[in-house]
Amino acid sequence: MRAAVVLFPGLNADAEMVRTLGHVCGADVSIVRHTDTALPAGVDLVTIPGGFSYGDYLRCGALAKVSPIVPALRAHAERGGHLLGVCNGFQILTEMGLLPGALTRNLHRRFECGDVFVRVEADGPFTPKSSARWRLPIAHAEGRYQTTPETLRQLEGEGRIALRYCDAAGEVTDAANPNGSVGNVAGVYGGPRKNVFGLMPHPERCSEETIGGVDGRVLFDLVLAAA
Amino acid sequence: MKATVVVRLKTEVLDPQGDAVSRALGKLGFTGVKGVRVGKIVEIELEHEADKTALAEKLRTMADELLANPVIEDYEVIV
Repeated sequence: MRAAVVLFPGLNADAEMVRTLGHVCGADVSIVRHTDTALPAGVDLVTIPGGFSYGDYLRCGALAKVSPIVPALRAHAERGGHLLGVCNGFQILTEMGLLPGALTRNLHRRFECGDVFVRVEADGPFTPKSSARWRLPIAHAEGRYQTTPETLRQLEGEGRIALRYCDAAGEVTDAANPNGSVGNVAGVYGGPRKNVFGLMPHPERCSEETIGGVDGRVLFDLVLAAA
Repeated sequence: MKATVVVRLKTEVLDPQGDAVSRALGKLGFTGVKGVRVGKIVEIELEHEADKTALAEKLRTMADELLANPVIEDYEVIV
């Protein structure tokens, strides 16, 4: 199992991504720089971790899309390769147009940092068939998922709304929505075979008992098994 | 020569930053402020281009590809 972690300048959640993929899940992990023009041969899963790429200048994730590595990421996604974006990585994938929608400032103006619950709404390479409720940490100021009502309905119909914020009982409520996202959306699928996935919570920070939980590990185990 | 691209959040997208500024103006004692929307001005220094139509088209392409996110923002090109 080969995985890669893409580093853009300003990302800061790469260490936990490398540890989760390698130490926890046993993948062979490579680091790919933004200046590289190709992915390592035979890589199954490419991840873009969280942070503040290019200082969040212009818009979160906007400047990353002109980096030399981007054509290789697009080609990987188009041929059905697994591509995961977490937090700023999610923002980057929406800015690249590989995932639908956009992420903007949290409705209540706060940087939200803490655990939330999300409910699995659709299955795919990164999510199980059975409905699941995961407790995952979030850490973001601009995680409000935005799309038009028509696009949201279309995405729901296509099974691309993968995760929604919910309460401890698994109910999707306004009170459980940490950032004002439309439809409580926390994670979406894209790509020809739902092979592209983006989410605001940090599963890589919740994959070992010693750091408070293992709900995040499920996602990595699933996609690495599917690869 | 200089051109300007004004980027605004679409009217249907809530603007928490504008809301915070609106509240702050109220705290400073300004009355009558009904709402604030915060956008961006991008000033671009350019080589001289006599064809204003072509220039505006080029700036619209810049906005479409990078300066604005069409999901949440509108823009206006001023040449």
